[in-house]
Amino acid sequence: MNKVLIIAEHDGKNLNISTARTVTASQGIAESVEIVIFVDDGNIIATQAAAIAGVTKVLVVENPINKHAVSAILAPQIEAIANEYSHIFAPNTTFGKDLIPRVAALLGVPQVSNIMRVESPNIFDRPVYAGNAIVTVEAPNGAVVGTIRTASFPEAAGGGLASIEQCEIFVDIPTHTRFISLAANGDDDHPDLQAASKVIAGGRGLGSQENFNIIYSLADKMGAAVGASRAAVDAGFIPNSHQVGQTGKIIAPELYMAIGISGAIQHLAGIKDARTIVAINKDADAPIFEVADIGLVGDLFTIIPEIEKALG
Amino acid sequence: MKILVGIKRVVDYNVKIQVKPDGSGITTSNVKMSINPFDDIAIEAALQLKEAGKANEVIAITIGSKTCQEQLRTALAMGADRAIHIETDEEIQPLTCARILKAFVDKEKPELVILGKQAIDNDNSQTAQMLAALANWPQATFASSIEIEENTAIVTREIDAGLETLAIDLPAVISADLRLNKPRYIKLPDMMKAKRKSIETLTLEDFNIEQAELIKVLKTTRPTPRQSGIKVETVEELLSTLKKKGLI
Ligand SMILES: Cc1cc2nc3c(=O)[nH]c(=O)nc-3n(C[C@H](O)[C@H](O)[C@H](O)COP(=O)(O)OP(=O)(O)OC[C@H]3O[C@@H](n4cnc5c(N)ncnc54)[C@H](O)[C@@H]3O)c2cc1C
Repeated sequence: MNKVLIIAEHDGKNLNISTARTVTASQGIAESVEIVIFVDDGNIIATQAAAIAGVTKVLVVENPINKHAVSAILAPQIEAIANEYSHIFAPNTTFGKDLIPRVAALLGVPQVSNIMRVESPNIFDRPVYAGNAIVTVEAPNGAVVGTIRTASFPEAAGGGLASIEQCEIFVDIPTHTRFISLAANGDDDHPDLQAASKVIAGGRGLGSQENFNIIYSLADKMGAAVGASRAAVDAGFIPNSHQVGQTGKIIAPELYMAIGISGAIQHLAGIKDARTIVAINKDADAPIFEVADIGLVGDLFTIIPEIEKALG
Repeated sequence: MKILVGIKRVVDYNVKIQVKPDGSGITTSNVKMSINPFDDIAIEAALQLKEAGKANEVIAITIGSKTCQEQLRTALAMGADRAIHIETDEEIQPLTCARILKAFVDKEKPELVILGKQAIDNDNSQTAQMLAALANWPQATFASSIEIEENTAIVTREIDAGLETLAIDLPAVISADLRLNKPRYIKLPDMMKAKRKSIETLTLEDFNIEQAELIKVLKTTRPTPRQSGIKVETVEELLSTLKKKGLI
């Protein structure tokens, strides 16, 4: 019988939305979908996880060593409980990308990264080459260990009533890796990029950190999250956590507005699942217009203030 | 300190890849090949540590067919001291790759291994973490800064929430992210010199490793293209279109 174990992503206070998306991906695979939470103090997170529809059980591993998600510390704990499960999943966020290969290697099984479609319990689709090709892959017999492309799956509904179990795991924990600090550069004034239904993104075309304020200001007005191209992050206009693309965040908002972004394939890899893409660019030949649902050619420095004014 | 850098030959990031009509893969003949961009950054990071007096030897290693020597030459031209080619025409997936690297690490005993955070062909992002697991070493993935203090590396990582800093004891594995550095430009004379340097060639038989089971690729397809959109002329038109779609 198939049994899925999902490693919860959280920040110590709240469950990340990526976990509920990973539950959705797991639903066709098994009757039994369990979530394990590694945490130092996890009541609230456990309650949130138990409320996700389709979750059968929530395991809480409370231990001071689990205060920060350090893969070298989490992986041996997961290895210790892995043999009860047919599938071990985490979201393909930086959390899951860092952790899951370490788990797979300890278990001696290959990993399926970035699953975008579940065809059967061991056949999956995943993007390669920045999403320019899709491969259908078959995992060998044995535990299936993988990460889930969260932009491909909606958040599972609430209203679940899973049981919550405290769980102790006794394994050797290495001391060679120590958490020092987290400089959270997400801005609390705007919705989270990975969960937002609207995203306003700026690129190199903004020209400076100061000019980038017009992107924040438009996002404020529209209740949108703020995204950016790599070029904008490299130039220091905006912190790294806003980068969208092959090597940044992969998102699927209802509305994505690309402003002063040319549309390099690496950038497009992050927005392919957006419902509506709007492009504003002064170059009518910019590749972003090939994927945009609505394109407007012109100078962003006149267009953005006009939009803001019209929105009142 | 000895630093090992893994590099992979991949289709150049500027190439628009073509999926073969029969679904058997993507076209790689007559396509420009390069060092995976993240591995390029990994080499640069190792060279910068050497230039800062923190390391005395940089070894570049690749696993793959004969043609991969081209990329090793590039690594030598950048300044790597030695180049190791583990020659095989078999498909090497990340877990097997990590096992081979582990066997090599056991032999050469580097204090630091730097790999790219992902290869831009399969976009797996697995090998560095797997190697760290097999060696029971610390890992610091997606690194945007590395500082070596005695036997510890202080590494800043680009994660979804922001910038995380870890202290990891050496030996350790680090995977390089985009903003770690800008790889140096290779000068022609260095490329010429690199042509004369020797590459140490090994085969899989030189290592006693068990090949991991393969993830089997059943077919390769093109993603469904997005429907082509419309161009609007004015802000007014843009906003009324968005309104119609219920987006504002
Ligand atoms: C390995 C690798 C990984 C990468 N990963 C990513 C990734 O995850 N995400 C990502 O975004 N990129 C990534 N890149 C970089 C990518 O290739 C592009 O370089 C980058 O996306 C370009 O950013 P941009 O569109 O902002 O800048 P540019 O390409 O320079 O485009 C700027 C655009 O702004 C327009 N513009 C300028 N001024 C104005 C104005 N006044 N009004 C209107 N329009 C204006 C210009 O016409 C132009 O189209 C990666 C590259 C590599 C090699």
